[in-house]
Amino acid sequence: MSDTTISQGWFTSLANPTRFLALSGRILPYLATAAVLSLVVGLYMSFAAPEDYQQGITVRIMFIHVPAAWLAMMCYSVMAVASLGTLVWRHPLADVAAKTALPIGAAFTFLSLLTGSLWGRPMWGTWWVWDARLTSVFVLFLMYLGLMALHKAMDDPARAARPAAVLTLVGFVNIPIIKFSVDWWNTLHQPASVIRMDGPTIHPTMLYPLLVMAIAYTLIFFTLHLMAMRNEIWRRRVQTMRRQAAQSIGGGAST
Amino acid sequence: MMSHEAFVFLSYAATALTLAGLLVGILLDGRARRRELAELEAQGVRRRSKAAGGSS
Repeated sequence: MSDTTISQGWFTSLANPTRFLALSGRILPYLATAAVLSLVVGLYMSFAAPEDYQQGITVRIMFIHVPAAWLAMMCYSVMAVASLGTLVWRHPLADVAAKTALPIGAAFTFLSLLTGSLWGRPMWGTWWVWDARLTSVFVLFLMYLGLMALHKAMDDPARAARPAAVLTLVGFVNIPIIKFSVDWWNTLHQPASVIRMDGPTIHPTMLYPLLVMAIAYTLIFFTLHLMAMRNEIWRRRVQTMRRQAAQSIGGGAST
Repeated sequence: MMSHEAFVFLSYAATALTLAGLLVGILLDGRARRRELAELEAQGVRRRSKAAGGSS
């Protein structure tokens, strides 16, 4: 047996919702504990970090603004992979994963816009500018809302799955635009200072709290996402059982 | 103009509120769905796979 066969077997076994519920139920307590612990450590480090020589105390906003922006993009990337799962492999849980990531991604995008604005007012002198970075993240927020509306518009989740997956993949073009907007265009938003070819340009006293907060945000995302996926599986189960019950009352004649 | 501390406080407060709201929403949703499932099972509705004696 090759490694591919083994990993494929494991991945396929996850397609069984009951097995997924059992496995996620075992993982969740550990994941949630790790998320809380890293958040506590990250918050402590954020407030123990020195003030910036230019930004002063407002540099503390960066420790929650930057991870929120990263997660906003990561969440959409998770949805794009899940959408491939829906369209290519027809993995039954792929649509569940893509759909339940939406409100979480929207929340992180909202937070990155809001905290960015709250930082921009004292540092730039303005709450908002329509530069390429801010605008492309705002478009990302609108795409999250649009996809949520698409799911809400259809009663049957199975019917919403494919159009939502196609739309998600089309919208993925925005992710590299967000990332490289600060290089391609002249923006008020500063260029990348952590994820860059020549390494981070931030002093370690501020880089480490930022990275710990990024880990905490990532763990929070996966904890919430797993919980939301379990809810969605239960929701679909209830829907199926109600339909079955209605059919049995009707003598099972209806199809 | 607000003090810089106020901008920091507002940012952290908004983040805490949004994430806590998300968590509470997901927890309440989970509780409601499990209650619905329990009610359906109490009414004797079984999933096809269970009714057929399957384990999934």
